[in-house]
Amino acid sequence: MHPSSKVYLYRRVLNAKLFIEQNYTASINLNEISGEAFFSKFHFLRIFKSAYGKTPHQYLTAVRIAQAKQLLQTSRPVSEVCFTVGFDSVSTFTTLFKRLVRQTPALYQQTQAERQRQLKATPLKYIPNCFAEKNGWVNNRNIQ
Amino acid sequence: MITKLNHVSVFVLDQDSAYDFYVNKLGFTVHTDAAMGPGMRWLTVCPPEQPDLEISLMAINAGMMFNAESAAQMRALVSAGTFGFGVFECNNLQATYEELKAKGVEFTKEPTREFYGYEALFKDDSGNWFSLGEAKAS
Repeated sequence: MHPSSKVYLYRRVLNAKLFIEQNYTASINLNEISGEAFFSKFHFLRIFKSAYGKTPHQYLTAVRIAQAKQLLQTSRPVSEVCFTVGFDSVSTFTTLFKRLVRQTPALYQQTQAERQRQLKATPLKYIPNCFAEKNGWVNNRNIQ
Repeated sequence: MITKLNHVSVFVLDQDSAYDFYVNKLGFTVHTDAAMGPGMRWLTVCPPEQPDLEISLMAINAGMMFNAESAAQMRALVSAGTFGFGVFECNNLQATYEELKAKGVEFTKEPTREFYGYEALFKDDSGNWFSLGEAKAS
């Protein structure tokens, strides 16, 4: 395929990728996504996977889970996070989250809350000592 | 014996702007973002598939690491695009180039086939430049 043709195709699937990123909270399907790229479903799937290493559905799931990870760093209930990022079933959300993150959403939320507490209380535990010394943080009594 | 690299520093002109560039444009994840006192912040980000490699986005301020004169010199060098801090990799260079360009990343070299590989060059929001190459098929 001529290089300029490839560029043209990638720009079209980019529209679909950006559509997913902007509309992941809604219930969107492959027809809608492939329509953004003006492709038949078959060609769209093939070119999207070639460009981004994931099928459109895998990418949609990845975007939703990434956003869920951000929201689970707050105290919002897991079910609320699930529906906010576009899943319509808590069990589906939990299964997919565990598959990608290797923790349940609840455990992830607890782990992150504890990490934030520790980061606030003793930030120097998270910084290599050489950088902390160079920045004058080690002997700063305001920082543990 | 040394087994791997786990931290690398990139000097940036503004950590808020760098956060937006590396996280929202390049798609990196935040590893640690800690306030260390007035005007001081430890901010590290990771490429999506390397959660153990922390890229420290280091502010250039007069203080312990830099005095006023060296901070000014360093800021000028960074702004002038003196430093190339590394080479990133992607699965599909043309697709990644189109996406990053659409998100406002400034490229100084379009994807080009060189004798050593397929490469593009881009700058971060401070002026640091990076090579972006396509992973070789295994």
